[in-house]
Amino acid sequence: MTLDQFVQIFAEQFDETPVDQFTPSTDYKELDEWGSLTALSVITMVDAEMEKRITGSNLLACTTIEDLYNFIQKL
Amino acid sequence: MGNQFLLEGKTILVTGASSGIGRGVAVECAKMGAKLVINGRNQERLAQTLAMLEGDGHIVLAADLTDHHSVEAMVEHLPQLDGVSHNAGVTSIGMIKFMKENDWYDLSQTNVFSAIWLTRCLVARKKLNRPSSVVFTSSISGNDSVRHGEALYAATKSALSGFAKAAALDLAPQGIRVNCVHPGMIMTELFQSAQDTLTQDIDELKKLFPLKRFGAPEDVANGIIYLLSDASSWVTGTELKIDGGYTLV
Repeated sequence: MTLDQFVQIFAEQFDETPVDQFTPSTDYKELDEWGSLTALSVITMVDAEMEKRITGSNLLACTTIEDLYNFIQKL
Repeated sequence: MGNQFLLEGKTILVTGASSGIGRGVAVECAKMGAKLVINGRNQERLAQTLAMLEGDGHIVLAADLTDHHSVEAMVEHLPQLDGVSHNAGVTSIGMIKFMKENDWYDLSQTNVFSAIWLTRCLVARKKLNRPSSVVFTSSISGNDSVRHGEALYAATKSALSGFAKAAALDLAPQGIRVNCVHPGMIMTELFQSAQDTLTQDIDELKKLFPLKRFGAPEDVANGIIYLLSDASSWVTGTELKIDGGYTLV
């Protein structure tokens, strides 16, 4: 999965935030819609689409969507 | 009349005894004087549980309760029982849109089928004394409350509690009582692994409990001991919440 594809699929986990708000440099924890439900969506999306297991603390440790993408690539 | 909360002279089967709540139940039941049959899948961890038990005459019967042949074989080898504490269970957290075809099957085999088939075999083989007591470890999830991502888990646990009520009615004429405990968050290995999917700070989470702490396996074990003991001899089909007040708010 490319970074652009990841940004797109990451954005799909949000219901209210407009897609154009998501770029590789988006600090996702700053988004109004970020919370336990969206975090859980991202965790299960990464498991289902990328077959990688990430944790809640991994999400908290990364800042931008690109950081998270790079972190997942190293798993 | 002696202390009706004790389990002296009773033989009790404890499933899921290789870790967590099941192990806690086994340890506490032995302290109350019961003779135990402990079941789980992992021989090594069952041996550790056995070593933790007070008293003599306890036995280990390893078996995979998700497999109906294994359940039938185990029941053949069981002595007559005065009580059963069924704790075998797994958690699952995930979003509905990402569910896979086998997820429900896998989870319900452990959380629901094992309980139903064990009960069926115990009754059919007349292994439960009259009177006796069966206690299922269900959950507040699906019965009293739910959290995000618990859809499948909640469905299995409400199925288990539903089965328990119906079994309580059907088995009452035989003097067999059937009850459930509904624990909230209990500090077990299962909880530690589920913690990976938690996105809330652990101390923040603790604040959701009016009694200001997570549960320990002993908290659940004490409720189960009550339901196994003669002190609850007029209690069947009930659900005992053990959740530190979590579902009050």
